[in-house]
Formats: sequence, C-alpha cells, structure tokens
Amino acid sequence: MSQMTQFKEIAHNGLWKQNTGVVQLLGMCPTLAITTSIVNGISLGIATAVVMAAANGAVSPVRKFVPAEIRVAVFILIIAALVTVIDLTIHGFAEPLHKVLGIFIPLIVVNCIVLARVESFAAKNAPVPAIWDGFMMGIGLTFVLAILGGIRELIGKGTLFSGLDLAFGPSFKHFVITVPDYNGFLLAVLPPGAFLGLGCLIAARNWAEVRKTKQANNPQKPSGSLKPAL
Amino acid sequence: MQLHSRAYLAIKNNMTETILKHASKTAITLIVFAFVFTALLAFVFNLTKAPIDKAEANARMALFGQIVPPNAHDNDLIKDTINIAPNVLLGNTQAMVANRARLNKVPQAIILEAIAHDGYSGDIKLLIAINYDGSIAGVRVLTHKETPGLGDYIDLAKDDWIKLFNGESLKKTLDAQWKVKKDGGQFDYMAGATITPRAVVKAVNHALQYFEANKMALFA
Repeated sequence: MSQMTQFKEIAHNGLWKQNTGVVQLLGMCPTLAITTSIVNGISLGIATAVVMAAANGAVSPVRKFVPAEIRVAVFILIIAALVTVIDLTIHGFAEPLHKVLGIFIPLIVVNCIVLARVESFAAKNAPVPAIWDGFMMGIGLTFVLAILGGIRELIGKGTLFSGLDLAFGPSFKHFVITVPDYNGFLLAVLPPGAFLGLGCLIAARNWAEVRKTKQANNPQKPSGSLKPAL
Repeated sequence: MQLHSRAYLAIKNNMTETILKHASKTAITLIVFAFVFTALLAFVFNLTKAPIDKAEANARMALFGQIVPPNAHDNDLIKDTINIAPNVLLGNTQAMVANRARLNKVPQAIILEAIAHDGYSGDIKLLIAINYDGSIAGVRVLTHKETPGLGDYIDLAKDDWIKLFNGESLKKTLDAQWKVKKDGGQFDYMAGATITPRAVVKAVNHALQYFEANKMALFA
C-alpha cells in the first residue's frame, strides 16, 4: 500500500507539483524552440519521457558504485551514451520513426531536465520508482509542450495538429484543423511568442495553485465558489 | 612536544595514504565507467551501421526518383557514377560520387551532392539534379539539423519551398540575384528562419557554378 502511495506521489510530482515545464523551469531551450506546433511539442515530449525513464533506469542500479565527487561526470557519460544508443537504434531499425523523432533526439542530450532528475531522484532511489519518476516527469513536460505548441500554432498559423500526417501517415491529413479566413499572427510562432505563451501557462498554474491553498485554508467557504483567488 | 609532533606526523601520513587510496579508487571507477560505455557505444555503432547505411541508400534512391523522373533516363543511376574531388564550391572535404542520367547514351542530367556548412546548426546535405542544359531539375535535402518548426521548411516533407529551384539556372537568374529576398535577391524565405534558406540558396548557386565550369568533364 505504501508503495502505491509512493508511485502516486511520484506521478503527482511529475504532472503537477514539480512539473519540469512550468514549475522547475528546466530545459527551457528545447521547450521554447520546438513548441511551434502541437505535433512538434508532443513528439519532443514523448522522446524526452522515454530518454528520462531510460536514464533514470540506467543510473539507479549503479548509484552505489559512483563516488560523490565524480557522480556528475559519470551521469553525463551515461546519459550521453544512452541517448546516442537510442538515436542509433531508432535510425537503424525503425527508419519511419526516426524520420519523425530523429531531429528531436539530439536536442535531449543538452537538456538539463534529464541530468536534474538523475541527480535528484535516480541517484537516491531504487530502479523501479526511478524509471517511473523519469517517465512521469517526461509526461508532465509533454502536457506543457502540447498546450504551449497548441496555443502558438493556433494563434500563429491558425491551424491545429499540422504535421500529424508526417507522424502517423497521410490518412491523418484530414485531422488537421484550419481556422478559415485567418492569416495568422507571426509573433506567436517566433521566439517571443514562446516566452509570452510560457509566461501565461506559468501564471495559470500559479493561479490554480493559489486558489487551491486558499480553499484549503477556508474550509467553511463553499468549495464551488467561483470567485478568483487573488 | 616531540611526542605530539610524532603523533601528528603519523596521522598526517595515514591521511595522505587514505586520500591517495580514495583518489585512485575514484579515478579507477571513472575509467571503468568510461570504458564500459565507450565499448557499448562502439558495439551499438557497429551493430547499426549496416542498417543505417541501407536506410540512407534507400532514402537517396527515393529522392533520385523525385528529382530525375524515371522516364527521363534509361541507364542505371546507381552504376553510372563519376568521382568528384573535394571542391570549395560543393563544400565536400572528401571525394564523393555523382550520378549521371542518360537516355540512349545521350547525357540528360547529373545529380550532385553539395554540403552547406553555413546552416543554422550543422551541415545541410543537398542533392542537386542539374539538366544537361544547365537548368535545375530538382533539389532535395538529404540530411539537416535545422530547428524543427523554424528552419526545417527546406525539407519537402514540411514545405514546398525547395521547389522554388525547379527550372532555375545561371542564365535565368544572374549571380547577384541568387540570394534570399531579405538580402536583395529573388528567393522567398520564411520570417524567423533566414540563415537556413540563405545557406541553401548559396549552395545551389555554387553547385551550378561548379557544373558550368566542369560540364565536359562531368559527362565524360
């Protein structure tokens, strides 16, 4: 039972409380650069989740053999080797998948989320919870990337799910939603749009969090109150 | 006093020994990890080399079909090749192979590979098919590492931009016009990513210059 709660807590941390995208603010470079469309966002998010689960899973079993002084060097070695192995394997044995994810995988090597979770979680915990933590952190990031990508794509280009046919085959082309008579607002797709969009997401998450704490502090107040917490 | 310093020395010696021991243990651990993971990388690299080469050859064949229509030649493109020495205009630092298309033994087109080193991130490898008359049959991107969603519109899978080059030639467009519109040339680009198309336009222009200078030798 206590194990169940541990797994639940890890999931809650990854998805909400310690969300890498809007709370820890780690790995901003790929987050801001890639989220020009919802499909790009989700692709990078899933690739990151897989790499993080693998990195945590690789570091956790050897954590007791790594002296504290050289742990960062060893962890970077493991992560870089692992990402390269994943990249080569996908390229060699799953060419169609590599066409879609290939350009995202090298970006993950330089992503500090992976090292951060290895250092703060996998280096202190057993393999199974560590893999789960890496995966949930990646999924939490995927949600942020998807929402940010969706907002930027919709405002910037007036489409949603563009590029879906590249990921899943031409039959998915008609799932692409296009807003009629809308020429797009370029700023949203350019780098400033990424900062503005992410800022709005962080604000929305903080607002929801503040509201929740306020409600918890005033239990007499009806919980259905729609008054925003300020 | 003497006793004290002797004890102190003993402790100090002991400490030096443990520090040394600790340091060598740490160093050995690092070496072991580096060795194991280097071996793993080498193993996976060897294991995947053949499938990756095959996948790239297949991708190249598919691109050949796109830029030189199969009915425009009756020879085997893969076999009719010529070696090209390293050249500044093509950006290659190693000798590479160009494929030639012929119809009834009459030269039709050549497929040159060009590498643009001035993309936004890393090299952009291009396949450029040039007709015998010096016009471009088609250009395709072989590999690139440009930013997804920004610079990757040079890839036909993402955008039709690369088709701008179809039918272009040095006669049709003067050298001074082989630039993106932002630099006063005639080629469109997308706002937010100028460095990528700039590099591609330059590489295609240089490939055409190379072709004009070496035309006779290329089809010999």
